[in-house]
Amino acid sequence: MNRFAVFFCVVAVVGGAVTLAALNLNTALGSPWHVPPYVVSLVGKYLCYAILALAVDLVWGFGGILSLGHAAFFALGGYAMGMYLMRQIAGRGVYGNPVLPDFMVFLNWKELPWYWHGFDNPIFAGLMVVAVPGLLALVFGWLAFRSRVSGVYLSIITQALTYALLLAFFRNDMGFGGNNGLTDFKDILSYPLQADATRAGLLVVTASVLAFSLMLAYAIVASRFGKVLIAVRDAESRTRFLGYRPENYKLFVWVVSAIMAGIGGALYVPQVGIINPSEFSPANSIEAVIWVAVGGRGTLVGAVLGAVLVSGGKTWLTGALPEIWLFALGALFILVTLFLPAGIIGAFRRAPAPLPAPEPAE
Amino acid sequence: MTFFRCLLVLLVMFVAPPAPAQDDPFAGLASGNFDDVSAAIAALALSGNPQAAATIGALQTDALFAGPEAAVYIRTDDGWVDARTGQKAEGVNEDDLNPVRVNNAVRRAIDAALGSLNLFSSSATVRAKAAEDVFRSRDPAALPALARAIAKENDAGVRSVMVQARAAARLADPASSDTDKLEDIAVIRARGDIEALGLLSSLHDQPAEVATAAAAAIASIKRSEQLWSVAQSVFYGLSLGSVLLLAAAGLAITFGVMGVINMAHGEMVMLGAYTTFVVQETIGAHAPALSGWSLPIAVPLAFLVSGAVGIAIERGLIRFLYGRPLETLLATWGLSLVLQQAVRSLFGASNREVSTPAWMSGAAQWGGLTITWNRLTIIIFAVMVVAALMAALRYTALGLRMRAVTQNRRMAAAMGIRTPWIDALTFGLGSGVAGMAGVALSQIDNVSPNLGQGYIIDSFMVVVFGGVGNLWGTVVSAFTLGIVNKFLEPVAGAVLGKILVLVLLILFIQRRPRGLFPLKGRAVEA
Repeated sequence: MNRFAVFFCVVAVVGGAVTLAALNLNTALGSPWHVPPYVVSLVGKYLCYAILALAVDLVWGFGGILSLGHAAFFALGGYAMGMYLMRQIAGRGVYGNPVLPDFMVFLNWKELPWYWHGFDNPIFAGLMVVAVPGLLALVFGWLAFRSRVSGVYLSIITQALTYALLLAFFRNDMGFGGNNGLTDFKDILSYPLQADATRAGLLVVTASVLAFSLMLAYAIVASRFGKVLIAVRDAESRTRFLGYRPENYKLFVWVVSAIMAGIGGALYVPQVGIINPSEFSPANSIEAVIWVAVGGRGTLVGAVLGAVLVSGGKTWLTGALPEIWLFALGALFILVTLFLPAGIIGAFRRAPAPLPAPEPAE
Repeated sequence: MTFFRCLLVLLVMFVAPPAPAQDDPFAGLASGNFDDVSAAIAALALSGNPQAAATIGALQTDALFAGPEAAVYIRTDDGWVDARTGQKAEGVNEDDLNPVRVNNAVRRAIDAALGSLNLFSSSATVRAKAAEDVFRSRDPAALPALARAIAKENDAGVRSVMVQARAAARLADPASSDTDKLEDIAVIRARGDIEALGLLSSLHDQPAEVATAAAAAIASIKRSEQLWSVAQSVFYGLSLGSVLLLAAAGLAITFGVMGVINMAHGEMVMLGAYTTFVVQETIGAHAPALSGWSLPIAVPLAFLVSGAVGIAIERGLIRFLYGRPLETLLATWGLSLVLQQAVRSLFGASNREVSTPAWMSGAAQWGGLTITWNRLTIIIFAVMVVAALMAALRYTALGLRMRAVTQNRRMAAAMGIRTPWIDALTFGLGSGVAGMAGVALSQIDNVSPNLGQGYIIDSFMVVVFGGVGNLWGTVVSAFTLGIVNKFLEPVAGAVLGKILVLVLLILFIQRRPRGLFPLKGRAVEA
């Protein structure tokens, strides 16, 4: 059943993306089958969100770790990609400096900070997209799980983590563009970003990465490792007493999830054309959690579905009735937790997904 | 006629022998020569002549006239006065008089003279001010006047300022002796403020002994300045800590005691701030006489408003989610979005103006410490709120039941306590305290729908750092975090300081996951 759902979702995502791209590129402008380029970018953005949601579902749905800071990994991956795209501008910026990005010229910086070196190389930048979120998650998770910080404590310190990063990236001295972030990108791997073909290509790449992540996540949770992980989620102490090391299981899935989120962020940046510190804001991380909750926690496919549905709803509502959006989002949080604890996918399941046992009163 | 008079004046100026200014300063005033007039003013100011102030003052207002035979008269509203005697002068013919004219050099002389004359004024404030002026100008010419003024002075405070002024002037005078200078440096070192520091640093070309003493004095003043700045940082830290404490006190009840993760806690604070705004507007419109009382009136109202909303949240939402902390977190986050948007729709997205009552404005200077009244009021208010909260938990029947329910719910229920009501009231109490915090925060922060969001993470950090379920821990942790933050700020900058505190906290929680003062117990987590 679950395997079938994952397979169906992979086919739907990749097939849908390829169809959209083909319809965008191969039909005439006036044709009723024509897909405008902004739809391509928009769907690409949703699929990036879906990758983030998948990452959250992996740790929350199967590891029992509610991360309120996953957008931090997403944004770090995005910044790594943004730095590569900034270096690609090379002399075509407003100030025409061949090396320094515009904001550095504006701040009167004379040379490139050391941590910007190497980002002109796409392979190095790709490595950083994986390494930076992965390393942060490794250090943070190693410290947290080893000292058995769990439950809401962990949620709150993940939120503090993303909040600290938010404040840090707002600083001009950090060398990441401060408040404005990184923008004005020109091309990626020397394909112009404004071209329809590049956008369609990015959409297909994003869909493939999402499909691969989905299969990887399914492979992890369906394996023997995944069974232990679920045991850790449902009864951590009991699992430990049985001789397993819960912290190792959690750390592994935590790092995989962070890397997944980072890659999602890296694909997000070229499609929306900007990355700025607001991506770190705690509200973004919590929105990612609600995608998972709406779709169905611990179902993987539900996370993808929830991300696309909620973001699509957000796009429609903020355009049509901007006043209503926050009411709707807030109500969604409340109603889903009260009446739909297993999410949309869970509601259609024959046997409801097992939820963690309630904690004792004291 | 006029022409002849001018001619006459010119003739007099050239023909008459230079007046003996040293012997009779009044004659110098009448001389008509600017240099002589300046010298005469200085001499007059130093002479101690009782008529000096009136004469020089008249010169400043162009009311001094010179007559024949070096006679000097002051024009007053009821006739002429002889400047030498201060008596009314009879039979003065205006045609024989010429105004004593001034140029810039003379005006400077007048100002300096009036400065030293003010040293003898009958008002202590004027005397102190004059001495302070001399301290700044460091003019050795004022030394004789100062010496006389010090001898005459009865007011100890003014006298010490004069001694400081004399010290400053003597240090600037190359003629003064080393012994005097050493004594002067001691005087200025005792004064110990930024001006004393400036004066000592500007000393050069002094004998070795004096230079050493000055260097030692500079070091000593800098040390005491440092101490004061530490004290100032502590005060700022206490102020920030009191804000954190107010924001976190309610959370210490709902999260710390009940274990409910209420992400809408910040919105309870925000509702309290908006209650203050509404109270102030209402009083402004209907009873302006009470406007100074708007804050004391707003405090209980904010408690009631936020408390009522809190009880409604507990009954309508949270009670369905007990035992599911992660779901509670999500649902209350959603609620916070709804509350923010509701307030935004009602009051608008822009900041609302909440004024500060007169009794909370202004500041007091105490040594090197500046204490602003509104900050001080908030510190006191925070301490009072927490004391009241502790007393309520400790001594009231409701507090007793609350503690019973949180310690052992089933046993409490078996003893006949209606636990659902206690839950609702406890949550209402925590929310109400958050509302009172909102009243205080409306004084120092922007009253906007986003007010609460800025405090939610800090509040959780304070509660977690202090140890969940422990009000004393919350107090200690709020003030510790406030003070640490303010000491990091000058070193690392405001934003970086905050980031450092957050990182330190994250590391701290890794080391001691149960906070500074964990509750002792044998319960193993599920």
